[in-house]
Amino acid sequence: MNNLLYILMRRLRKPLITLIVVYSVSVLGFVLIPGVDDQGQPYRMNFFHAFYFVSFMGSTIGFGEIPYAFTDAQRLWTMFTIYATVISWLYGIGTTLALFQDPVFGRMMRRRRFAAQVRQLHQPFYLICGYGVTGSVVVRKLAGLGIQSVVIDIKESRIEALSMDDLPLPPPGLTADASLPDVLDDAGLQHKHCIGVLALTNRDNVNLAIAIASKLLVPQRMVISRTESDVTTANLDSFGTDLVVDPFCAYAEYLSLAAHAPYMHLVYDWLLNPYHRPLSSAYRRTRGRWIICGYGRFGKALCSEFAGADVELVVVDPDPPAQNGLSAQVHGIGTEAHTLREAGVEQAVGIVAGTGNDADNLSIIMTARELNPKLLTVVRQNLRANGLVFRNSRADFIMEPGRIIANRILAQIKTPLLPAFIEQLVDRYDDVWAHTLLNRMSSVVGDQELASWAYVVSHDGTPALCEALAEARKVTLALMLKNPRDRTRNLRAFPLLLRRGDEMKVLPGELHRLEEGDEILFCGLEEASRQMDWTVNNYNVLTYLLTGDDNSNNLLARWLNRSNKET
Amino acid sequence: MNKEKVIFAFFIVLALTLNFGFFLGELENPEHHNVFEFFAALVVSIICTVLKLGDRTHLGALMLATSLVADLQLVVVALLWGYAEQISSVGMTPHMMASIISMAGGALLANVISVILLMVETILVRR
Repeated sequence: MNNLLYILMRRLRKPLITLIVVYSVSVLGFVLIPGVDDQGQPYRMNFFHAFYFVSFMGSTIGFGEIPYAFTDAQRLWTMFTIYATVISWLYGIGTTLALFQDPVFGRMMRRRRFAAQVRQLHQPFYLICGYGVTGSVVVRKLAGLGIQSVVIDIKESRIEALSMDDLPLPPPGLTADASLPDVLDDAGLQHKHCIGVLALTNRDNVNLAIAIASKLLVPQRMVISRTESDVTTANLDSFGTDLVVDPFCAYAEYLSLAAHAPYMHLVYDWLLNPYHRPLSSAYRRTRGRWIICGYGRFGKALCSEFAGADVELVVVDPDPPAQNGLSAQVHGIGTEAHTLREAGVEQAVGIVAGTGNDADNLSIIMTARELNPKLLTVVRQNLRANGLVFRNSRADFIMEPGRIIANRILAQIKTPLLPAFIEQLVDRYDDVWAHTLLNRMSSVVGDQELASWAYVVSHDGTPALCEALAEARKVTLALMLKNPRDRTRNLRAFPLLLRRGDEMKVLPGELHRLEEGDEILFCGLEEASRQMDWTVNNYNVLTYLLTGDDNSNNLLARWLNRSNKET
Repeated sequence: MNKEKVIFAFFIVLALTLNFGFFLGELENPEHHNVFEFFAALVVSIICTVLKLGDRTHLGALMLATSLVADLQLVVVALLWGYAEQISSVGMTPHMMASIISMAGGALLANVISVILLMVETILVRR
């Protein structure tokens, strides 16, 4: 605020002094120049009249020659002062207008408005640094969930896109360098309602700076960061960043799951991605030779994930083999048929086009499919603008780093239990088990979107359940799954995970008794989650489910009930 | 030698000297107080205020405050004088003149403080 005022004052100093000097010289002139009154007597204008005359003359109103008609000497002086005052006014107004057009001044004004908007937020919000593909997906989803966000990006065009995206909760946005602590401070880093900081810029050192600043100022607040190198990942983990997402590693994991355990991969996909693939799309032919084109960050992550499984890897890369120490390497880009043949595309089961160039990637999968139509194709999309071409490329998997990170982050924000469940799934169970689970999910939701949600049994989260527990009633999981409109029917949902202290119970039984502090993860239809909200929050609904009595519990009803019983 | 400093100090000291010259003389006697001197004092005082605008230091803020006080007092003097000469039916009375000059005395005090602050700043910076 003060900066703005100081700039304004300092820039206007010269025009103001000019104005004062011109006015005072004009007034003085009129006082000193002798005049003649209506009787022909000499007289001198006093300061009062001189100031009055200069005031209306300077503003070009012009009431005439007051108090008496002027002499020629006075008229000469008037001519001079008219031009002097008009020019000094133009100078002053021109300087003020130029100041408001000044980009520096405009930036300061926007910064000030942004800081004021953030200060006035009275609801929990996420601070999102970087409004690229990931940022925009996350902000849109958060707005859909009714959560406010605040956005910083270094590019003006992205912040303009933010205001044009027409979100239900318009987030305040600022064009600034998010690695500067004072920018973060203006964006609400120390705001008491800031519940999480998401560092999603595409520069690792900026993300690092944001994460450190946040962890130093408010250690217990959630920080999620994206990263592109192992060094940064280790660094971020060292000071307790809550979630570090490396898009290449995350996608390599995802893909290797698809190759090793197709059903488990589908479970993962259904739970994390908003639009899931049909059950019939599980890939069976995945063991055998995989060709990886491009040995960059993505290729390396993929190789380390695939290593150890019964998969034969062939890398196609333009760098000479000696430089990256690979045994099974073919020299070339992979866009030409002879390179692919050399890599053995006819016998391969899958090909990954993972170079940094979108046109190359598309060319690779098209050539490869011609040589071997049954090939499983994975293509990496680098630029968001190419989305249309990639959607029509008929590739089995399209890897878009931005969306992968967005899905991981949203899962973490929505229900931290979901990543825990997936971890359990991958570590402890096999693909047959995943197939059974998938069938169960499929019978519950059919073709609709599978939603997942979680409850913590506590006074804040589930007041009705807690009240029932306090009355020593028997509350089981089955109760939560009943339809609050008709207790003889069940909701289309089932529990995935129950966490009590350190103990995790995957697919808990329906007769499981609930205790305070339990965390339960459900999956099912979106609508079932809304119905379940009634059960856990409204005591009357819960009583109906427990006893079948559809009573209201107010004073009048209780009194009426009592008199009914007496008669 | 810094040209800006010279101009700055010149106006501040000039505001004080003009104000003092106007204040000097018998309190109730209009003969002793020159209206042109008052006009010059008022204009210089306003210029001083504008010169002090936009200084971010603590001392700068104090100087701006003293200047604003001097302006306020001198503007009141101008209003009183205008009222006495032009609007009031009895014209300038010794009583009116006395209140005008005492107001100008207040402005003088503010200008003295302003000059003291200027000296403090000079001594502190020592450049």
